[in-house]
Amino acid sequence: MSAVIDTHGHEHGDEHHDHHGGYSGIMRWVTTTNHKDIGTLYLWFAGIMFFAGGMMALVIRAELYEPGLQLVNPDFFNQMTTMHGLIMIFGAIMPAFVGFANWQIPMMIGAPDMAFARLNNWSFWLLPFAATLLMLSFFMPGGAPGTGWTLYAPLTVQQGIGMDFTIFAVHILGMSSILGSINIITTILNMRAPGMTLMKMPMFCWTWLITAYLLVAVMPVLAGAVTMTLTDRHFGTTFFNAAGGGDPVLYQHIFWFFGHPEVYVIALPAFGVISQVIPAFSRKPLFGYASMVYATAAIAILSFIVWAHHMYTVGMPVTGQLFFMYATTLIAVPTGVKVFNWVATMWKGALSFETPMLFACGFLFLFTMGGFTGLVLSLVPIDIQLQDTYYVVAHFHYVMVAGAMFSAFAGIYFWLPKWTGKMYNETLGQWHFWLTLIFFNMIFFVQHFLGMAGMPRRVPDYPLMFETWNKVSSIGAFGFALSQLIFLYNLFTTLKSGATAPQKPWEGADSLDWTDLPTPVPYHTWEKQPVLK
Amino acid sequence: MKGSKLLCALGGLAAALPATSAQALEWYFPAPASAMALEIDHLHQYVMWLIIVIFVGVFGFMFYACFAHRKSRGHPAEQFHENTTVEILWTIIPALILVVIAWPVTKTVIAQKDTSSPDLTIKATGYQWKWGYDYLKGEGEGISFVSMLATPREQIDAGAQKDEHYLLEVDRELVVPIGKKVRVLTTAADVIHAWWVPAFGVKQDAIPGFIRDIWFRADKLGTFRGQCAELCGKEHGFMPIVVRVVSPDDYSKWVAQQQQAAQAQAEDINKKWDPKELVAQGEKVYGATCVVCHQANGRGTPPAFPPLVGSKVVNGPKEGHIDIVLNGKAGTAMAPFGKQLSDTDIAAVVSYERSSWGNKAGIVQPAEVRARHK
Repeated sequence: MSAVIDTHGHEHGDEHHDHHGGYSGIMRWVTTTNHKDIGTLYLWFAGIMFFAGGMMALVIRAELYEPGLQLVNPDFFNQMTTMHGLIMIFGAIMPAFVGFANWQIPMMIGAPDMAFARLNNWSFWLLPFAATLLMLSFFMPGGAPGTGWTLYAPLTVQQGIGMDFTIFAVHILGMSSILGSINIITTILNMRAPGMTLMKMPMFCWTWLITAYLLVAVMPVLAGAVTMTLTDRHFGTTFFNAAGGGDPVLYQHIFWFFGHPEVYVIALPAFGVISQVIPAFSRKPLFGYASMVYATAAIAILSFIVWAHHMYTVGMPVTGQLFFMYATTLIAVPTGVKVFNWVATMWKGALSFETPMLFACGFLFLFTMGGFTGLVLSLVPIDIQLQDTYYVVAHFHYVMVAGAMFSAFAGIYFWLPKWTGKMYNETLGQWHFWLTLIFFNMIFFVQHFLGMAGMPRRVPDYPLMFETWNKVSSIGAFGFALSQLIFLYNLFTTLKSGATAPQKPWEGADSLDWTDLPTPVPYHTWEKQPVLK
Repeated sequence: MKGSKLLCALGGLAAALPATSAQALEWYFPAPASAMALEIDHLHQYVMWLIIVIFVGVFGFMFYACFAHRKSRGHPAEQFHENTTVEILWTIIPALILVVIAWPVTKTVIAQKDTSSPDLTIKATGYQWKWGYDYLKGEGEGISFVSMLATPREQIDAGAQKDEHYLLEVDRELVVPIGKKVRVLTTAADVIHAWWVPAFGVKQDAIPGFIRDIWFRADKLGTFRGQCAELCGKEHGFMPIVVRVVSPDDYSKWVAQQQQAAQAQAEDINKKWDPKELVAQGEKVYGATCVVCHQANGRGTPPAFPPLVGSKVVNGPKEGHIDIVLNGKAGTAMAPFGKQLSDTDIAAVVSYERSSWGNKAGIVQPAEVRARHK
């Protein structure tokens, strides 16, 4: 570990800690290289995208409220499903966790900032451009792609120019992710405070270290897949066209080689947040720290050899199906270890249930349900019935929404007092949790039934026998959306006029940021690194 | 099935049901009509029971802790944070449970992939947005037809009263004999589709340029319905699969009927059609094949689906118009219809388009279409 680095260009002794690099207003945010500012930018961006993607989900659920086409045409419906997926994954969930990483990793490991401060600025500022490009595809002739977020060939070849906008947007999003990941890896490996060995790091830093490696490994693969789509569309290549010696299924193999690790790119940081929150509110150290690290690494490694379980119906040879089935079921082992560890952490603690802990428990319960339906889907014969039905939609929303999104809410309620020095309204927080939990299940639990009864996904209309559950699901969706307004209200009133947070509102929180930094945290922290014994 | 009922109760959602239609509440696999579908059903129940037991066990601990180990009840926080024995046990036991699950499942996977020695081989070709069926081998060899959605557009777009099999009815059903091993070869002409009949427990992607196969052996008489399962463009939700399972005798009768009809319809390619008849025939073909994209008023939904009203192709030379219908247009949803429609039907629909909605470009005879085949 090198000496303390002064990264923020203090030139005058009389400058105080709250200066923002000499700029004010919008230019402060454009030019900032401060990890806290950039973390904030990521989180606001993710929030905006969350509501944009949510609006699209409401269009989908409104159209599916009853059989028949009422509100949108099938073409626009397909555009909605595509963009809802892309925006939620690349615009909302991933940036939200990068935002947490920016805020928390330097504070947790005792580093003054991220390793590459200017690169960090660029990683973020690529995102608004990518998002703009993605949104512009709606206004192109033919609209946005109607292919689903998976962008399967050869349907992609039939799309209008909006497809090309989406491809370039994915390129830029990938660049942003790779740069951000390099920064996180470098920061964690090189800038830990003296005495902060890897195995002493908070679990959140471990999960992000492993996630960052996953991202560096798989984002180029996605870039390759969409670039091949681009050249198939415009430059006469036939990677995915049998008439020229290609194969449409090749696209799926490449896409899911990215796509499955991507699932853990989203899930692992969520695990990290939960691993901070549960011990804090159990007032007890995380159970099985070492096995938690090994389990995280095992999940990451296994995630590279299970991709074709998304493709059981493409007609693989029986050996292929068996290999991918066995490898996939194996993931249940390290994932089980994590769940058992969390429950064991709570066991014989002194539990209290403030909003962050409620969201963490909600995560634990619902994410495990998503894991179990994942086990059902991993079994080839059952998956043959369920592939491309609403059962799959229900499964991955249990993992993405009840997993990643619940975890993100847990993180925001948990760290907001630290970041802002303001305390959110606990009553509103609890209302937000319970309504979100109820409406989430109302939307997605019934979709298991729809899938088993035979409703395909990505359809704008459906046979009459699916009507009841679709109604329940749609009503749930609007309740869910309204519940998020409670969060917005709570957030804005907290920022504007929230009560002053105590120095340490969560008595069980034990990472460096809680124990050794003031609340609210100053603009610059750890200019002098702590030394751990 | 009982397992899922328990899950249903866990969700506690029955109370949240709004009173809607009189339709029975569907929430489980459709009744199996093949041994394979039954096997899948059994595997699912087996796995669900294991899952429920584990779920209740693990969350029993969590909820007990949530109740009994609360700070507000004065429970002191113990500080233990590892236990090697327990950690090893809860790694090994789940791994063993997986083996117990994998064993029966593996046998089913191997059986599912065994498409050898079928009694009947049928090719299913996915088109945007219908299915083409060719009976390749076995009784009925040579029968070939296209099967498309029979639900009227008014029920879909205009809120007309929907009938019982809304979106699950086709103009021509696939007919198979009961108890015979049917091998289905799937392929597609444009994008990826998926051929799926839940009651038989079969689903297989139909991939353009490649042939894949699956098999089923129906053990119940009746009509079984499924839908395309792979997003294939705007009418993805509107290309159902309907299979009628009949007794061997009825099957033989059906085959004879089909063959007679095919002979009767063997077209005289050189027949000169009366323009009015041709246009009337063309309107039918247009209504079945072209209307979803180009619309009944010929105005399309530009830019993806261009208008035919005043179109340069439609009002230009006949050859260009015939070619685009025969061969399609690469990179768009315009499919090559030469493989799906007879020359007479193509001549009819081209004539209809050239003389409707104010277009006045004259009619085309079947022989002219035949001449444009490459």
